Parts: sequence; structure tokens; C-alpha cells
Amino acid sequence: MRPSILTKLIMALGRALLGACRDLAPIITVIALFQILVLHQPFPELLSILAGLGLVIVGLALFVVGLDIGLFPLGETLAEEFARKGSLFWLLLFAFALGFGTTVAEPALIAVTREGARAAAEAGLIENLSASIDRYALGVRLTVALSVGGAIVLGVLRILRGWPLPFLIVGGYILVMLMTLFAPKEIVGLAYDSGGVTTSTVTVPLVAALGVGLARTIRGRDPLTDGFGLIALASLTPMIFVMFYGLVVH
Amino acid sequence: MEILFNPVRLLLATAKDVLPVLGLLVLFQTLVLKRPIPRPGRIIFGFCLVLLGMACFLGGLDLALFPVGRTMALQLAEGAQSGGRASWISYGWIYLFAFMIGFSTTIAEPALIAVANKAQEASHKSVSSWGLRIAVAIGVAIGITLGTFRIVTGTPLYLYILSGYVVVAVQTLLAPRMIIPLAYDSGGVTTSTVTVPLVAALGLGLASNVPGRSPILDGFGLIAFASLFPIISVLGYAQLAQWMVQRRNQKR
Repeated sequence: MRPSILTKLIMALGRALLGACRDLAPIITVIALFQILVLHQPFPELLSILAGLGLVIVGLALFVVGLDIGLFPLGETLAEEFARKGSLFWLLLFAFALGFGTTVAEPALIAVTREGARAAAEAGLIENLSASIDRYALGVRLTVALSVGGAIVLGVLRILRGWPLPFLIVGGYILVMLMTLFAPKEIVGLAYDSGGVTTSTVTVPLVAALGVGLARTIRGRDPLTDGFGLIALASLTPMIFVMFYGLVVH
Repeated sequence: MEILFNPVRLLLATAKDVLPVLGLLVLFQTLVLKRPIPRPGRIIFGFCLVLLGMACFLGGLDLALFPVGRTMALQLAEGAQSGGRASWISYGWIYLFAFMIGFSTTIAEPALIAVANKAQEASHKSVSSWGLRIAVAIGVAIGITLGTFRIVTGTPLYLYILSGYVVVAVQTLLAPRMIIPLAYDSGGVTTSTVTVPLVAALGLGLASNVPGRSPILDGFGLIAFASLFPIISVLGYAQLAQWMVQRRNQKR
């Protein structure tokens, strides 16, 4: 049956390539239109831009096919086996390690916390020394990673116990608003943004597969209404705890 | 011309992102669950594709889209500075650019593609992957446009976020229950690889060019807008779909 697997793969890749062209068409159009109509400038280095576009399309297609045959099945098998084994401790430890581990080294988070620390130093919240700026950035980064780990644990518990998500989310919103009142003004923007940057391109599919796999295996849970929601919690808790961090440090 | 594209370095950087995750999965599967990995060859091949795909994608973005997009965001922001009557028109261009860049980068976002495909599968195709992505992209577009409006006018961030939260809370009560978790999730996944660099350049460029704004206080916050408004638009899309189905049923 070897050749049939190969033809299947080639067909999947072909479909993914077409899909990638469709996905990237809007952004290419927008940038080309603005370049020509508004800024009246020809493209510098057209050749390297075309090569880059080709790479982006091929890359997106490979990523989507790889998700379907690698990341998604492994994540779901793992979730199903955890649900069957019934060991809550190991499942929660895994959930925490996944959230903490993938967030702490996230490049976007490192960039944002460094910017935020520099901004806090210029505002006079912390000493304008590179050592204290680094310490502050690391503190925010660890806070975010811990809160994402905690959020995944909470989300997994929610799937197991069947807690309604809206209560958790709206409750979280109320906490965010309360913290906004008390936290130092300079950290609010950073805290709000840190919620958005935590969830990276590798983590998101895996966390989605974990949630859907758990919800599918546990009786009485629906993959759609119970399986999703982990990412929402993971982008909400960092806001609360980064503001809390600001409150404690200052 | 400096060489921006360095394939080896890029592959290594992507491997640094992907391999710890793979290691964690394999560790738990073999040591804690004591189960063999099903079809290991296929899964390793899939991970290689993800790795290679992300490296190509990021490398291509750096080569083709980011330099042009960043220059454009900065040029538009600088245009806003040249005051007088003309500034209104140049702000108009900025809002249009913000809207279109928010929409188009979201459509290209790999993490959103992954979640939308998963949602389509988990809902047995009652949620369409493409429809969900368009709803999210419209939300991001509106969010980024409002966010640039906030930077230009200098109004406080928390007011917008607070009103957004109130709208989400009300919609949560009214919207069909099956869409709610997915809508909340779509807020978090929208802002990653493609959107953040372009949007951050726009925000910081505007905050340092519009008179009276400081990059420290006003440069942040666009990402928060981009993660809040998709929740509203996805809930709204589900409400609209429900309303249309109800109306069709009443006519019969």
C-alpha cells in the first residue's frame, strides 16, 4: 500500500498549497495596493520579495499538513490515554508543564517584556540600570509563564468537572477591571498585551488537541463546548497576574 | 544589501521552539503513561514538516512582507505628523491601512488555521473553518482600527476594554451556547506570528509620531484590542446565523 500513502500525501500537499495561496492573497494585495496607490513607490528588490512570498506559501502548506499528521494525532492520543489512566496528578502536571514550558521561552513574550521593562524604567518605576531592567523583564516573563501554566491546569480541571466556562471568563474580566484600578498605570498596557502574545503557533494547536481529545474521551463532555476554552483562559490570567506583579514590585 | 535569510539559523531557532514540546510529549507518553507512541514514523515525519514549514514561513515573512509592511506603517505614521487640514486625510489612510492589515494578517495566521480546522472537525462541520476565520479577521480588523483611533485621540485604554467586556458579557447571555468557548478562544489565537510584528510597528510608529503621545503609555494596547474584538465578532456571527435560521423557520 506504499504508493497509495504517497499519493495521498502529495494530494494533501497540493490542497494545502492551494489553501496557502488563498490565505496569503489578502495580505499580498493589501501591501501591493498601498505601496503603489498611496506611497507611490515601486517595490525595492522585487526578486527577493517574490522569493520570500514563495517561501511563505510553501511554509504554510507544510505546516498545515504537518499539523494533521504529527501534532494533532500525538496531542489527542496523549489526552485520551491520560483520560483512560485516570491519574489526575500526572495530567495536571503535564498541563502545567505544557503551559509554563512553551510560554517561558516564547520569543514574542521576551520581546514584549523587554520593551515593557524599558518603558517602566523611563517612567521612573524602577531604576534605570540594565541590571534592574533585566530583573524586571524576567519577573514579568516568569509571572506570565506561571499564569499560563496555572490557566491550562484550571482549564483541564474545568473539562474534567464540567464547570461552565462563561463564569470563569466573566469572573476573570471582573478581576482584570479591579486590578486595573489598583495597578500602576504604566504596567496596564503591558499587562493587557501580555495576554495576547503568550499563545504561540506550536502551543495553540497542541492545547486545542489536548482539550478536544479530553472532551471526546470523557463521557458526557462535548468536544465543541467543553474542548475549547483553554486558550481563552491562558490569555486572560497573564493580564491579572502581571498587574498583580506590578502592584507587588512597586 | 544585508543577508536577511539564513536557513540554518532559522531552522535551529524553530527547532528550539518545537523540540522541547515534542520532548515533553514523548516523555509523558513513554515514562508516565508507559505507552508506545502510535505510528512513530508518521508522527516524526509530521513534526519535521511542521518544523520545516515554520522555518520557511518565518524566513519568507522576514524576506518579503515584514520589511515592506513595517516601512509602510512608519511612513503612514510619519505622514500623520505633517499637521494642518491634510492630516485628516492622512489619518483616514491610517485607519484604512489598520483595518486591511488587521484583516489580511489574521487570514494568514497559522495558529488560527489550526484552531479553525479543529473546530470544524469537532463540531462535525456545523462550524465552518473558513466562516470562523473570516468572522475572526473582521473582529481583528475592527479592533486594530479602534486601537489606532485610540492612539490618535489619546483616550484611555481601559475605557475601551471595559466597554468591550460589557458587550462580551451581554452577548454571552444571548448567543448560542455551543459557540461560546470557541469565541473566547478565538481572541487568544489571533495575535501571533504574522499579526504582532506588523501591528506593533504601526502602534509604536503612531505613538512616537502623533504629537502629544508617548510610546511608553500609548504604544502598547493594540494587541489587547486585537484579542478582544474577535470574541465580539464571532459571538455576533453566531447570533446572526441563529437569527437567520429562526426567521427562515418562521416563514415556513
